[in-house]
Amino acid sequence: MSFLLAEGMTGGYGAADILHGCTLKVEKGQIAVIVGPNGAGKSTAMKAVFGMLKLRAGHVILDGEDITALTPQARVAKGMGFVPQVNNVFPTMSVEENLEMGAFLRRDDFRDTMEQVYDLFPILKQKRRQNAGELSGGQRQQVAVGRALMTRPKLLMLDEPTAGVSPIVMDELFDRIIEVARTGISILMVEQNARQALEIADMGYVLVQGANRYTDTGAALMADPEVRRTFLGG
Amino acid sequence: MDILNALVALLNFVVIPATAYGAQLALGALGVTLIYGILRFSNFAHGDTMAFGTAMTILVTWALQAAGITLGPLPTALLALPFAIALTAGLVLATDRVVYDYYRRVRAAPVILVMVSVGVMFVMNGLTRFVIGVDEINFADGARFVISARGFREATGLAEPLTLRSSQLITLITAALVVWALFWFLGRTRTGKSMRAFSDNEDLALLSGINPNRVVAVTWIIAAALATTAGTLYGLDKSFKAFNYFQLLLPIFAAAVVGGLGSPVGAIAGGFVIAFSEVGVTYAWKKVAGYLIPAWQPEGLLQLLSTEYKFAVSFAILIIVLLFKPTGLFKGKAV
Amino acid sequence: MSLRQPDAAAGGRLRAPLLFAAMAALVAIEAATGGWNTALGIVNMGLISAVLALGVNMQWGYAGLFNTGIVGFLALGGLAPVLIAMPPTPGAFAGGGPGIALAALVALASVIAAIAVNRRLRGRPRAIAIIAILVAGFFAYRALFDRAVAVIQAINPSAQGNLGGLGLPVLLAWPVGALFAAGAAWIIGKTALGLRSDYLAIATLGIGEIIVAVLRNEEWLSRGVMNVNGIPRPWPVPYEVQLQADPAFVSRMAGLGVDPVTGSTIMVKLLYTGLFLVVLLALIWAAQMALKSPWGRMMRAIRDNEIAAAAMGKDVTRRHLQIFVIGSAVCGLAGAMMITLDGQMTPGSYNPLRYTFLIWVMVIVGGSGNNWGSVLGGMLIWYLWIKAEAWGPVLMSFLTAGMAEGALKSHLLDSAAHMRLFTMGLILLLVLRFAPRGLLPEK
Repeated sequence: MSFLLAEGMTGGYGAADILHGCTLKVEKGQIAVIVGPNGAGKSTAMKAVFGMLKLRAGHVILDGEDITALTPQARVAKGMGFVPQVNNVFPTMSVEENLEMGAFLRRDDFRDTMEQVYDLFPILKQKRRQNAGELSGGQRQQVAVGRALMTRPKLLMLDEPTAGVSPIVMDELFDRIIEVARTGISILMVEQNARQALEIADMGYVLVQGANRYTDTGAALMADPEVRRTFLGG
Repeated sequence: MDILNALVALLNFVVIPATAYGAQLALGALGVTLIYGILRFSNFAHGDTMAFGTAMTILVTWALQAAGITLGPLPTALLALPFAIALTAGLVLATDRVVYDYYRRVRAAPVILVMVSVGVMFVMNGLTRFVIGVDEINFADGARFVISARGFREATGLAEPLTLRSSQLITLITAALVVWALFWFLGRTRTGKSMRAFSDNEDLALLSGINPNRVVAVTWIIAAALATTAGTLYGLDKSFKAFNYFQLLLPIFAAAVVGGLGSPVGAIAGGFVIAFSEVGVTYAWKKVAGYLIPAWQPEGLLQLLSTEYKFAVSFAILIIVLLFKPTGLFKGKAV
Repeated sequence: MSLRQPDAAAGGRLRAPLLFAAMAALVAIEAATGGWNTALGIVNMGLISAVLALGVNMQWGYAGLFNTGIVGFLALGGLAPVLIAMPPTPGAFAGGGPGIALAALVALASVIAAIAVNRRLRGRPRAIAIIAILVAGFFAYRALFDRAVAVIQAINPSAQGNLGGLGLPVLLAWPVGALFAAGAAWIIGKTALGLRSDYLAIATLGIGEIIVAVLRNEEWLSRGVMNVNGIPRPWPVPYEVQLQADPAFVSRMAGLGVDPVTGSTIMVKLLYTGLFLVVLLALIWAAQMALKSPWGRMMRAIRDNEIAAAAMGKDVTRRHLQIFVIGSAVCGLAGAMMITLDGQMTPGSYNPLRYTFLIWVMVIVGGSGNNWGSVLGGMLIWYLWIKAEAWGPVLMSFLTAGMAEGALKSHLLDSAAHMRLFTMGLILLLVLRFAPRGLLPEK
């Protein structure tokens, strides 16, 4: 059974459903990417996995445990980490305090986790006394990812981590995400930059109108002429 | 030109009173700004929270005095303060549970919360009047002066007297301690940091597992402590009258807005900006001018505005800040 | 506002008439037990409260603006009858008038100059120039102003010592009072609107206190705490002594079996009631027409969703300024009416708890957004406010009847008078929480 199994998710914010039987799976230590046109429900699907949306049908199973009924906070305790697309740092707090807040639920010593985050993002160690709000966009995203890593999640979810950053910074962020995955953390990511994201993805999901259209490995999707023509711009 | 006497007069009539008043305003503004940062509304009941807290201090002071307990040269009110803070914190926590909690749950617009706080202000005002009446109350005991006018004149031989009332010195020391403790709490403790995180980004704080109820409760307790301390110091320095505390609302709001709503450093700076402007504008400068330029005999008192208009000073500063820099000197949250 | 209340429409179309009938019954009971004189006194002040509540309701109910300086606009409006209707102080206008006018011009000119500099220059020179202009302007203003004031206050200080009025009919002062308040509101609105909603509340709190402080202290204007007495009656209200000296009136009263002195006071109060009713009904008619017009629909659209309205190209801040000025003008009108009714201006009596926050209770209890609701709230809360003064001690002595004589009992009896504020706050909180749309909800 997959590490994360979100099956047949159906639901929305109000009366109308946005997701229609959407299914997502992520294996241990692998990267899964959700792509699709605007309004396809990509972010909504991820929020559903994280419990920020009430599901009318379907269930979410993490590491063999059904967590469908849990609140987002409780899911964090179960090993989920979530990086929102915007407003994902505490701007008037220092980088180090941001990481500390990420570890808020932990009562044990989290200094070694913080060191691991600094090893992963060396720039953050340099700027650890600086306020997160004063950092560049790419550095802020690193803080955001670092904050989510502080709970030592088994599944890290990223909502468009490269939105609004330059191509160079984007490549660097993707490199870091691969490194995170290598430490055994599963990754579920929504991306606008579909082509680049699928290149690093073990598994890709193309969503259209809240339902799975294509599901395959990243490389296979990249190779599929239909997918290329319709969603990757040729 | 008599610089020494001019300096003493300046110290005596402007610097010392304005510093003490500024510290009192700063403590009040800190409470307003914390509530704004965490609960996201301007609390109109803060002046009356100060009045209620001071009333509690006075009652406990009377009880202590009746039991024969005093602090010697220090005012008994300082001993009563912790009890008063506990009582006031109890009241505001109960108010939060009964009143504000509902509006948070339904995610009411901030302006509704402001209006609700007006209702709370009414109730607290009535409660304070009920408990202690409307009359002016002087509850300072202990030594009156640290430096008395006569002592200073005899010691220095200067024509101009300098007085430092103990209430002024106590205000400064207490305010410094309170501010240090508050900043230590916000900057170093886990709970304090979680409050700042909540103020910075509520959604992310919730995602990080910060318990909003706890943050809100701690905020109210701190606000009650700040309000009670500020009110007691103001009452020791001047006197206690419930209506005066309602009127302090304007300079306190002005201080918080000048500093930037939601910024604790700003609240302190704002408190002193307001206090020095108020005292400076309403002080009759004739005496200082007389020492500096003996040849000049001005007709009037050289007073820019009469003391009745001291609130106009807060207001003018408020308007200027809103016109030119609505986020305040220290980049508050509100625009 | 956005809080909905499912059972608000209970009672349906009969709700408003029934509630107004109940209000009328309360007045009738008051008349039966306390006499028509007190009853009409409550009605007259209730009508003024209703006008005030109507003005505040325009700001809150139509636009969601929270004005905490009602007392200031009311007081400013009250200045108009003094300046318009009082007999002129001989020599005051000639002696001090030009000086004050010149001082005002200097003040205005320096503010305009500062604004011009603010637009033209940038950076540090701008700040220095603005400060220099304002400081120089202030000193020039004070020099001119102080001299003029000294001249005015020297004239017959025991009875006048103020600028006096123009000696015009007092009814003319009503629109002027509205204009005064509108001017102050424009300045505040220009500054605080368009920013976060809390700022308007804070800024109006400030202007309210300052206007009252000015009236209390500027003796050349309002005689401060010495009060201005003997403001003339408006047409068609006569003086009681005139009625009593009129044989036709006396014989008519005798025919009705009423003592002519009592009859004359009731007659005067009734005429005021009629006058106020005309104003109130005209205002409601205008307000209802405005609400139904495209302008009113736009106002409500803005209130219900500012962002959407702004996205549709509506200038939200400008509309808010409009409604804020109009609502404040109505408050000013009420202030002028109140001074006319009292026949005197007592600057010391303008208390924000009574004239700002009590009005809010009226608006919220009556039903935000509903004009008739404001009228009902104004009348009802004013009635309760007056009655609570009498009921409080009675209730308290009833509650403490079983207690032993002592300090606690006498303290409780003494503090009953303060319970009015407590009660009003409680009513406000309860209505906001459990019936946020008030007695007569907006449709």
